[in-house]
Amino acid sequence: MLSIVVFISLFVFSTGLFLLNANKIRKNIRLGRDVNRSDKPLTRLKTMVLVALGQKKMFTRPIAAFLHLALYVAFVITQIELLEIIADGITGKHRMFYFSLGDFYVFMVSFIEILSVLAFVATVAFLWRRNMLSLPRFNKAELLGWPKKDANLILIMELVLIVFILTMNGTDEVLYNRGGSHVAYAKGSFGFSISAWLGPLVFDSFNVETLRVFERIGWWGHISMVFLFLNYLPYSKHLHVLLAFPTTYFSNLQAKGKFSHMKSVENEVKLMLDPNAIPPESDAPPGRFGAKDVADLTWKNLLDAYSCTECGRCTDVCPANNTGKLLSPRKIMMDTRDRMVEVGELKKGVVDNKSLLGDYITPEELWACTSCNACVEACPINIDPLAIIIDLRRNLVMEESAMPSELAGMLTNIENNGAPWQFSQSDRLNWAKEE
Amino acid sequence: MRLNVPTMSEMMAKGETPEILFWVGCAGSFDDRAKKITKALVKILNHCKVSFAVLGTEESCTGDPAKRAGNEFTFQMQAMMNIQVLDGYDVKRIVTGCPHCFNTLKNEYPELGGKYEVIHHTQLIQDLINTGKLGLEGSQTYKGKKITFHDPCYLGRANDVYEAPRALIEKLDAELVEMKRCKTNGLCCGAGGAQMFKEAEKGNKEINIERTEDALESKAEIIATGCPFCNTMMTDGIKNFNKENDIQVLDVAELIANAAEL
Repeated sequence: MLSIVVFISLFVFSTGLFLLNANKIRKNIRLGRDVNRSDKPLTRLKTMVLVALGQKKMFTRPIAAFLHLALYVAFVITQIELLEIIADGITGKHRMFYFSLGDFYVFMVSFIEILSVLAFVATVAFLWRRNMLSLPRFNKAELLGWPKKDANLILIMELVLIVFILTMNGTDEVLYNRGGSHVAYAKGSFGFSISAWLGPLVFDSFNVETLRVFERIGWWGHISMVFLFLNYLPYSKHLHVLLAFPTTYFSNLQAKGKFSHMKSVENEVKLMLDPNAIPPESDAPPGRFGAKDVADLTWKNLLDAYSCTECGRCTDVCPANNTGKLLSPRKIMMDTRDRMVEVGELKKGVVDNKSLLGDYITPEELWACTSCNACVEACPINIDPLAIIIDLRRNLVMEESAMPSELAGMLTNIENNGAPWQFSQSDRLNWAKEE
Repeated sequence: MRLNVPTMSEMMAKGETPEILFWVGCAGSFDDRAKKITKALVKILNHCKVSFAVLGTEESCTGDPAKRAGNEFTFQMQAMMNIQVLDGYDVKRIVTGCPHCFNTLKNEYPELGGKYEVIHHTQLIQDLINTGKLGLEGSQTYKGKKITFHDPCYLGRANDVYEAPRALIEKLDAELVEMKRCKTNGLCCGAGGAQMFKEAEKGNKEINIERTEDALESKAEIIATGCPFCNTMMTDGIKNFNKENDIQVLDVAELIANAAEL
């Protein structure tokens, strides 16, 4: 009875806390400007299925993709076992689905166990890769400190999670052998693929009482880790396990070369070109040109920032970053998220004197971008760092007139003679007369 | 061969309408190297008797570098003025000699009311070959030569045009060799995003040098591109390695015009 009370309290508390934090995230994302991403629902669904569910873009790097796939499939399929654990926890029973599902139950747990072992191997490989191999993208400036710890912490939590579940099943197998299992009173074996042999191998020297204690440690340990993990997500880059789905669903479906259209500028330019033009009434007055802070970005930019798992594939292919420039598309996403969290924590009506542009992202980073779209192409979940870079550039240029002097000259040339260089428009066809 | 370059205003005066407008672009009009690409394309158009015209002195910058640099005002001013001119001539189809003009006209003008069918010159040439208007059979010019194609970002990733230029290189009976970073993974030449018009930010290497290394590694004798700015960057890169006598940087239009002996 006590265990039921403890379990339900834990369950309610951790789910409640998660929902509370999820709501904070939702509110933070809604700080952003609106952008319409509700067209073509079928194409969007297809993109989500291929890119998020099917992990299509992961496979440009096959080894990492297979390791990631092992973790991912294990994570998804284990949710079935989690349902049983929750049902057991609420009713105080053991392996509730065992009798109703019969052979299928054994098959299912066996399958989960194999996936768990694969996930274990993948996690160890990831830890080794992150900490032993000196891969440049895991050692860039923006990853030092908390982000690196965050990544390792997640991997270690996964290992602990798997150890707990194999402890639970392994001790239960030994108990079954000795006729002491909670569910099966005859002597024998469940026949679970891994713990049927791993259990006896590890726990055979334990007596029945100790086995029972360890079985419970496995059970409670596993579910506690799940609750812990759930509530760690909102503070971690690992949020991508959930947000990859909306992020890919709301992907930019237009040509990557198309930069967003600024309606607010269109109205002003129309008035400039034709003083008799009537400004549209319904349009709100333009707030700010381009983005200085997170609230000037779109909600999709902000969703992207929360979904980024800091894998660094974007930075790895960035021509500017590759040649030693300050720009790192991953840092753009991390800065956007960190600033958004900071803004979200301000009390209502309070403004700090900070902004994304300047306090987090410097003009030098922005001016290093060649807008080549390599980062957008490389992102396994279609995050678009370029959209943020350009919106910040717009603010520098249109609000602050702050740009490299050569660009100021280039813009003057375009305005005066219709070309980025100092050539007269009347000479445009001279080439046709030259030999 | 004398080039026949009709302008839209001349055509209009004669009461004619060309099938396609050739948007030359600023580089194609003023840059000495890029002008050669423009002429190569005109030779092809003349040879195939394509009904085309240029805007000539009525053409103006599309506004692309202004938009990439973050100045939406200058971009939209340019775009609106150009759309007035284009619509004045009732233009329906446009071919560009530059992926930046291509991208801007194709993707960014429609929001301001400028809706045209826009193609890149490699797509037009491919069409001319496929419809039998241009024949390269038996051409020995580039037979067996190793040619690599550098994907311009605004043609490739930005607009998913990867095959047209490659199909053309294969028509030359040449050996198409790929750089390690190509197509969707292609590395930028360093000119995009208005970088062409400014000094690079502080770093440890120029991007065009990094890209030229890829090209040298491919052992190609010719680096083909489809963009005047990529052409400049790659040519500078080759000079940097003192390889200008061994490796040529040519636009796909030039390759085709040379192979067809135009």
